[in-house]
Amino acid sequence: MTEVNPQQVSAPKADETAPAKAHAATATPSGGGGLRLGRIGEIPHIGLVVALVILAVVGIVTVPDAFATTSNMVSILALAATIGVITVGATFVIIGGGIDLSVGAVMALASVWATTLATQAYGPWVMMICAIVVGTGAGLLNGFLISYGRMVPFIATLAMLVAARGLAQRMSDRKTQLVGADNQAIVDLSTTRVLGLPLLVYVFAVVVIVGWLILNRTTFGRRTYAVGGNPEAARLAGINVKRHTMMLYALSGFCCGIAAILIMARTTTGSSTHGDLYELDAIAAVIIGGTLLTGGRGTIVGAILGLLIFTVITNLFILNGLNTSDQLIAKGLIIVAAVLLQRRSLKAST
Amino acid sequence: MEDISREQSETPPLLAMRDIVKQFPGVRALDGVDLDVRAGEVHCLLGQNGAGKSTLIKVLAGAHQPDSGEVLMNGEPVKLATPTAAMKLGVATIYQELDLVDGLSVAENVFLGHEHATMGFTRRGATMAATRKILERLGHGEIRPTTEVGRLSPAGKQVVSMARALSHDARIIVMDEPSAALAHDEVNNLFRIIREVTSQGVAVIYISHRLEEIREIGDRVTVLKDGRTVAVGLPAKDTPTNTVVSLMTGRNVEYVFPPRHVGGFGDELLKLENVSVPGMVRDISFSLKAGEIVGLAGLVGSGRSEIIEAVYGARTYGGKITLNGEVVKPGNTTRSVRLGMGLAPEERKAQGLLLGQSIARNITLASLDRYSTFGWINRKKEAEEAAHLVKALDIRPPDPNRIIKTLSGGNQQKAVIGRWLVGEGRKLLLLDEPTRGVDVGARAEIYALVRRLADEGVGVLLVSSEVPEVLGLADRVLVIREGRIVREAIAGELDEHTVLDLVMDAHPVSAPSHD
Repeated sequence: MTEVNPQQVSAPKADETAPAKAHAATATPSGGGGLRLGRIGEIPHIGLVVALVILAVVGIVTVPDAFATTSNMVSILALAATIGVITVGATFVIIGGGIDLSVGAVMALASVWATTLATQAYGPWVMMICAIVVGTGAGLLNGFLISYGRMVPFIATLAMLVAARGLAQRMSDRKTQLVGADNQAIVDLSTTRVLGLPLLVYVFAVVVIVGWLILNRTTFGRRTYAVGGNPEAARLAGINVKRHTMMLYALSGFCCGIAAILIMARTTTGSSTHGDLYELDAIAAVIIGGTLLTGGRGTIVGAILGLLIFTVITNLFILNGLNTSDQLIAKGLIIVAAVLLQRRSLKAST
Repeated sequence: MEDISREQSETPPLLAMRDIVKQFPGVRALDGVDLDVRAGEVHCLLGQNGAGKSTLIKVLAGAHQPDSGEVLMNGEPVKLATPTAAMKLGVATIYQELDLVDGLSVAENVFLGHEHATMGFTRRGATMAATRKILERLGHGEIRPTTEVGRLSPAGKQVVSMARALSHDARIIVMDEPSAALAHDEVNNLFRIIREVTSQGVAVIYISHRLEEIREIGDRVTVLKDGRTVAVGLPAKDTPTNTVVSLMTGRNVEYVFPPRHVGGFGDELLKLENVSVPGMVRDISFSLKAGEIVGLAGLVGSGRSEIIEAVYGARTYGGKITLNGEVVKPGNTTRSVRLGMGLAPEERKAQGLLLGQSIARNITLASLDRYSTFGWINRKKEAEEAAHLVKALDIRPPDPNRIIKTLSGGNQQKAVIGRWLVGEGRKLLLLDEPTRGVDVGARAEIYALVRRLADEGVGVLLVSSEVPEVLGLADRVLVIREGRIVREAIAGELDEHTVLDLVMDAHPVSAPSHD
């Protein structure tokens, strides 16, 4: 799965405050969101926070000198950033009653397209725009097939997964494409630090916050819940369900484009092998976060907490020198446990 | 309560439930219910929504366990611990939304869960033969056991559900609103089947909101109110309606209609010219004025719902529909809403509500743009407007943040209508079966609300299966049969009998098979 770059970072001075700030950035929305969504939304979040705390305690106990360090916190966040951006898009699609299996492949395609020699000639800004346009375009195509071609989301995005991966292989000739020396501005996203955190973590935070605002404070977000919860009622209430559905997939593709920029920054490459099985991590994070796969209910904060749980587990296994296979088993168990716990709390609240 | 003493002397009833209590978090759904059912009778269960009927059925079906009380069959105490246990004891329940598998054949549905099988392999021949036998017993030998259930009409599905109950050797069949999805002539057929099974000693517990039906098919009536039995074993045929209604409500009303508008109406609002919907509606023209309530009376399948859907732009149509001169575009409900239409659809839960969301969010769903600038919702304004409507429509409980699923049907319906009352400017309301599953008290409130809106100049197009409702509420009535208008008249000039005659005519509606 995703290999970590245990960057041996020369940690800057501001070691105490930085992680705390980062946490604040991702955690603030939970307060506001929980209150408004009421008790039902709150309980699973508390569960997720508790799970995260327990994992942190495990980390502090088992690898005291490696886990609770600034550099480790930074690498956890940097690792979470790429899938995190994708997870935000996936949350929208799933609340809207759909599923997007193509996210990893679309991200790979966007990274390859942006790093072709032809694109690279135009400089880093065009590369970034290219990644976003490719991602959004693939998402629009998904959405078009689903809304107007009446294809089942699972099948349409499965087709996109396969085709995008293939196209990425073709464009790159299955070679890893390096980000050129002239375009190191992209890599700066990963290496430049503000308050001890690489820029890409801020990109992640901005995507989460903007995503949360769109979902909870705009008509688009409100309609997403309606379209996912009861498409027929939404249609009869005058909502253009088809167009809205298409926009959801476009949004997911847009997030894949941003993720492609982040992965180019982190790995300094574009490659058709990027993002393999990201779709499963993203979907799992969304589900652990309490979003119903049937649509109409869910939160971004939950999904991000779910993702952080996953990332911390990966980190703990690596720090403890444990087998990656066991790590997969642990993740599987966590998905099951999370869903079972949520079902109980849902039952208790109705 | 009055005649518990009588049956003690005779042989014990087939089914006796004594002092059943069922407590849910926050609600005492059953608070001491008694029920006794004799072999071979049709025992009707009456009560408003929330009176405890559904909970009682679920206790009988083994889906809920009572907290206290006892159940006796033929005088022996029994325990309905699980649905399977209930079925083994001979209790079969036919729920409103018939739980059949559309993709399986009639025979497979009838024997679903207790197939004739050897080592896991179904014995098709035996299953077919047994199914045929049961269908013949029901007088429906014409339904082929191999037919896919999804292809049957609602009435056909009802027969299959009944056959399934009989395949379990049921001694008691519970039917929850069996006539709700049936057209008038199909109801007669249902009654014939019920008489057929009761003559063989099976007891039927029949639940319906329609008093006329209970008079026709029922033997005795038990009335529930607020989780308690308020009357046991009333004779179904000759207990006066007033008595029954006042037992259910504590009030002396069945239908209370507000007074009609006096004087003329406004300008022409809606106009249909030669409108047709393939297979359903043929060449219909009529118009509706501002402030006028026009009622469409017709059977299920007569095309009345299709007319409403076409008007709303939710269905393709031929011909021309205009609202204030603007053409309604098929398939574009967004535009219809913008033109000033609002729809309260037939299936409230499936088509109208976001069940998991709050009253407020259900109310504001269609008018989010009113509170938002560039898509950003002004939540304070939204909350104010929702709270205002909850109060104005007297939605109970009056808490806009309450999840709408927990409300009664009547209050849910008020919220659906309330959705279209946000702000001014709604011109035309389309109401499809606005009081289905709504209790008597809330009905009167909805009637009053609709009339008030009309008095304020809103045009209303109303569809209802209940003829008295159309006659009582509408200003003008269009009687629809087989996709055509067969009579148009001022509501006061028609009576129930005339309308029913027109609706049914000599020739029954040719079966809408592709439905």
